[in-house]
Amino acid sequence: MPVKTNRKRFKFKNYISYIVIALFLIISATLALTGYMNRSTQNLLTQIAYSIILAVSLNLVVGFLGELSLGHAGFMCVGAYLGCYLANLLHTLIPSKLAVLIISMIAGGLIAAVFGFIIGLPALRLKGDYLAIVTLAFGEIVRTIFKNQKVFGGALGLSTKKYGSTLFIVAFVVVLIMLAVVQNLVRSKHGRAITAIRDNEIAAKAMGINVTYYKLFVFIISAFFAGIAGVIYGHFTTPVLYSFFSYNYSIEILVMVVLGSMGSINGSIIAAALITYVNFLLQTKLSGDLAALKYLIYALILITIVIVNNAPGLTAIKERFSIKRFLSKITAKVYKPKYDPSKRKDDEAYWHRIPTKIQMDEVLSVDVTPDTTYTPDKREEK
Amino acid sequence: MSTFIDGLSLGSIYALIALGYTMVYGIAKMLNFAHGDIIMVGSYAILTTLAVNGHPVLAIIAAILVCTVLGVVIEKVAYRPLRGASPLAVLITAIGVSYLLQSIAQLIFGAQTRPISLVHFEPITIAGVTISLSAIISLVVGALIMICLTLFIKFTKLGRAMIAVSEDRAAAKLMGINVNMIILVTFAIGSALAACASTFYVMQIPNTSPTLGSMPGIKAFTAAVIGGIGSIPGAMLGGVLMGVVEKISLSIPVLAPYTTALEFSLLILILLVKPTGLLGKKRREKV
Repeated sequence: MPVKTNRKRFKFKNYISYIVIALFLIISATLALTGYMNRSTQNLLTQIAYSIILAVSLNLVVGFLGELSLGHAGFMCVGAYLGCYLANLLHTLIPSKLAVLIISMIAGGLIAAVFGFIIGLPALRLKGDYLAIVTLAFGEIVRTIFKNQKVFGGALGLSTKKYGSTLFIVAFVVVLIMLAVVQNLVRSKHGRAITAIRDNEIAAKAMGINVTYYKLFVFIISAFFAGIAGVIYGHFTTPVLYSFFSYNYSIEILVMVVLGSMGSINGSIIAAALITYVNFLLQTKLSGDLAALKYLIYALILITIVIVNNAPGLTAIKERFSIKRFLSKITAKVYKPKYDPSKRKDDEAYWHRIPTKIQMDEVLSVDVTPDTTYTPDKREEK
Repeated sequence: MSTFIDGLSLGSIYALIALGYTMVYGIAKMLNFAHGDIIMVGSYAILTTLAVNGHPVLAIIAAILVCTVLGVVIEKVAYRPLRGASPLAVLITAIGVSYLLQSIAQLIFGAQTRPISLVHFEPITIAGVTISLSAIISLVVGALIMICLTLFIKFTKLGRAMIAVSEDRAAAKLMGINVNMIILVTFAIGSALAACASTFYVMQIPNTSPTLGSMPGIKAFTAAVIGGIGSIPGAMLGGVLMGVVEKISLSIPVLAPYTTALEFSLLILILLVKPTGLLGKKRREKV
């Protein structure tokens, strides 16, 4: 029986993030270019853009491949230092600033991707927390090496040519490109292979998925985008300083991914924007001795959100008072859902969300009932 | 030689911290990222008690008490509600607690580094080698604590209950072990060990700051992983190894700036050869 695919049907849900971000970009770009947006807002937008790139690329590793990585800032560090170093060299050769930026972004991304490959190699052998500590170690090693290189400015940091505050337009274009790549990746055959590895590596291997290939692939893609984010960061702040890329920053990216819920790209985008905004607010409102308050509030928000979201004891209360339930009660009166599960075709893949955990035991275990009518003696009688 | 002894004593500090990590990991199956910051709190407890009372012994006791209570409170408030939730959620909470402790310390004591003069020992010379006495004290006391801990876990009822919980939590529960209580005790012991570590730490490096705990914390965590996380002798071995490598690398001028990189490379190398650490147990995986 030929398998019918539903490729041609346009699903609005799949494109909502592009549309929102593209609209946002157009509006903010026109505002900025006509001079209605102040510099600090534009700077905030740049920060949000590279945070989104970092969070989504880390989500590929943590949410889709299911490996904990604590060294994402390391890839960013590689990209920032080497990409910006290249940009400094290119500025003497190429007059166009935009061309230099694009070339250095691609170069920084590629170099970071090489490092992603190197870190992907131990990922083939190590599991869970062991891999986490290796990635953390990688981040610290990279940082220490750059700190001690005179070529990159040593402890003073690498000074870069600062781009104007309109850098955010380029940064958001990069976000759009990355979203196109990542969304298409996770919705493709390859994306399903990656989630299969996350849910059960051995089962995935048994299904003929090339685990080695996909693990390295995900690490490389993720590192590539982190490198690009690094280059954007490098052109946003000068000097590029090794101390920024500490494991604390890697953890901050991880926090964005976890708060946005793992394996959800839109969640990562929202969480990255929100956390960057909260940081920005706290930074501008609190100064001097009160700067410590920033981390205090940040920590409290973090702990509360995680406990409320994840505590097993609170699920019953949450379901009772959830907004979704409240909304569905209202909407149920005026609007009947068109979607009817009984009419759904068996082979139709529907990506309302990426399945977070397939119950592999249920899939694999087949109930075998003993055939009571069968007796082996009959064959012998013939 | 004196570098080696220094390394051993630093190693014993790392080992004490790594023990805390490894015990909590073995029993509660979580990475307690706030462990390093408990050391920092211990050092501030010493600082405050010295300022109020001035007696070093009292300061050490105060540090141990404060840290133990803190460990228990953190477990009850932050980690217990998440029992049974995904490990990543617990990890993020631990990170949150770590930030929380650091920022509270910074609010109370300020961000600047403060000197602590707990005890001062004159360095002694044995057979032409100058060794600081505090290094020897931390080495000997550290070793004693570890031996006591091993005996405690092997031969007491509570210790055996800990082993049972770490091996199979559900089965231990069925055998009538109060799992929550055991995890609480583990946190208390781990935090008390962290307080001891902070005592030795300020004996060797006599100052403190709100970020005091983060780097030793990470290095001790590395040590625990090198030794095989969840294994107590492994934590000791890994800690001592880290300490010795750090001090030797610091004493060689070419390598000195790259010490951190060297230590972490050591970790990666060891894990590549032996993916579960030096003394870690292998687990068979099933579908």
